[in-house]
Amino acid sequence: MDVQDIIKEENLVFKKTRLMTDNILSYCPGCGHGVAHRILMEVIDEMGIAEDTIGIAPVGCSVFAYEFMNVDMQQVPHGRAPATATGIKRCWPEKYVFTYQGDGDLAAIGTSETIHACNRGENITIIFINNGIYGMTGGQMAPTTLAGMKSSTTPYGRDTRLMGNPIKMTELIAYLPGTYYVSRQAVHTPLSVRKAKKAVRKAFETQKLNKGLSFVEIVSNCNSGWKMTPVEANKWMEQNMFPFYPLGDIKVDGEIVSK
Amino acid sequence: MGEIRLMKGNEAIAEAAIRAGCDAYFGYPITPQSEIIEYLARQEPQKRTGMVLLQAESEIAAINMVYGAGGTGKKAMTSSSSPGISLMQEGISYMAGSEIPCLIVNIVRGGPGLGTIQPSQADYLQATKGGGHGDYKLLVLAPSSVQEMADFVPLAFDLAFKYRNPAMILSDGVIGQMMEKVELFEQMPRSTEFDQSWVTTGKRHDRERNILTSLDLDPARFERHNHHLQEKYRKMKENEVRYEKIDCDDAEYILVAYGSAARICQKSIRLAREEGIKLGLLRPVTLFPFPSDEVAKLAEHVKGFLDVELNAGQMVEDVKLAVGKKVNVEFYGRMGGMIPTPVEILDVFKEKFTGG
Repeated sequence: MDVQDIIKEENLVFKKTRLMTDNILSYCPGCGHGVAHRILMEVIDEMGIAEDTIGIAPVGCSVFAYEFMNVDMQQVPHGRAPATATGIKRCWPEKYVFTYQGDGDLAAIGTSETIHACNRGENITIIFINNGIYGMTGGQMAPTTLAGMKSSTTPYGRDTRLMGNPIKMTELIAYLPGTYYVSRQAVHTPLSVRKAKKAVRKAFETQKLNKGLSFVEIVSNCNSGWKMTPVEANKWMEQNMFPFYPLGDIKVDGEIVSK
Repeated sequence: MGEIRLMKGNEAIAEAAIRAGCDAYFGYPITPQSEIIEYLARQEPQKRTGMVLLQAESEIAAINMVYGAGGTGKKAMTSSSSPGISLMQEGISYMAGSEIPCLIVNIVRGGPGLGTIQPSQADYLQATKGGGHGDYKLLVLAPSSVQEMADFVPLAFDLAFKYRNPAMILSDGVIGQMMEKVELFEQMPRSTEFDQSWVTTGKRHDRERNILTSLDLDPARFERHNHHLQEKYRKMKENEVRYEKIDCDDAEYILVAYGSAARICQKSIRLAREEGIKLGLLRPVTLFPFPSDEVAKLAEHVKGFLDVELNAGQMVEDVKLAVGKKVNVEFYGRMGGMIPTPVEILDVFKEKFTGG
């Protein structure tokens, strides 16, 4: 069997979705963003909705999401993506609109826009990447930085008496009547990627129901910001992030399923 | 002749928005312009034309909703008053950078800070010199009657889309709150065609994906983008200057005023003429682009200018730039919500130019 036989269509086991561009990812090796991008684009491709999908890129590491996602996209001010998505969806209710936001964007500067878009029940999908740190600006404390966790602005660890507590945005918005599907996932193992993709698919299918907002948090690593190797970062994430940010569905079909 | 109604300026803007085929209004209440969103709510524009109406959680959210809708080629607008417009500056700067058309209405009140709910023109510099961060300009229209509040809505949308740039109607509490006769234009259709060269309505199979962003980390490319923006502003200066001249042909002196101040000055020049003083009025209608050439032309044959504003002296900087050292340019302004009377302005003119 030579190479030509191996690359035959019937031997295909994996194919990069056409909705990912060929641009070289700007993310650090080991970062979860690339996988999160891919499953998001795969879902849109598999649902056949690319021509009717508009994405919103945030400010943060994923500010360049539009370089990699081969769909129409708007890049918007820091934290405002849910408002921008609202503006699009209200004018084009038949289209699919998603935001892709990090923890600083969604849970700090954009808290107001996040909560109110969720509370109004906008029929959009929010993909929330939570790595507990500000990656792009060089590893400062995020609203989701764990208690005791080190960052460049908490060099001795986050002292919650001085710096407040990490915020569980996903649990918070799950209790708003405007959200219909809320889930927390990860993308660091093959199994978690499969689960996360299922959740993203459900989130986009929710948009068709017109019953409210769908929200998928992806707890991810930031090996550069955490100053660890990718393998160490994933292990640290399992040991420290997951106990505080437990994985799984939180709200399904408008009902809270996990407390 | 169109339908004639007695309306507040704010109501005229709202009615004109529906009739102009505006697709979406996003706003947050603030005095003295809340009648705009209240009028729209009563009218149920979603039933009249399918126009979207949404009260946002803040001015920041409102302008970003406009960003989203405008980025899909829809005619989207917001309105606010000074403190709210300050909150919107981030979004406006992004829209100028991403070249997203929209209409922003500022019914100006006195500042700084929370200031007053009384009328003012203290946001001239903010409106005409950029307002937010970065090198950019808005197209700025200054109505001085309720009629113009209505008529400038479709004009502002046309200009915004012509240049893919945010346009602003810069009015104030006087024009917003006062009632006048207004002749309303006929209902225009909402747009059904969208320019696929830039709108983000979903990547069609027959085109590349469209991206709206104000970000570019490549200095050479980003300088080219800035040059492109500056070229647009130059074209606006070339093609879009609008102004009104009253009794300027034989005038020896000129009052320069816009918006509500111009309405007061109209009476001042009539009073002057009754006394045999040859006073004219130049009223800039576009504040950006500013009618600098017309001011310069007038400076060739008049003895002086009195610039009148409801602020500490903002447009007077543009008047002085246009006049140069040719003749004297004086300024008179009231602040804090105070409004000068026609006689007061005439007295100031006499004191400054004819020795009282």
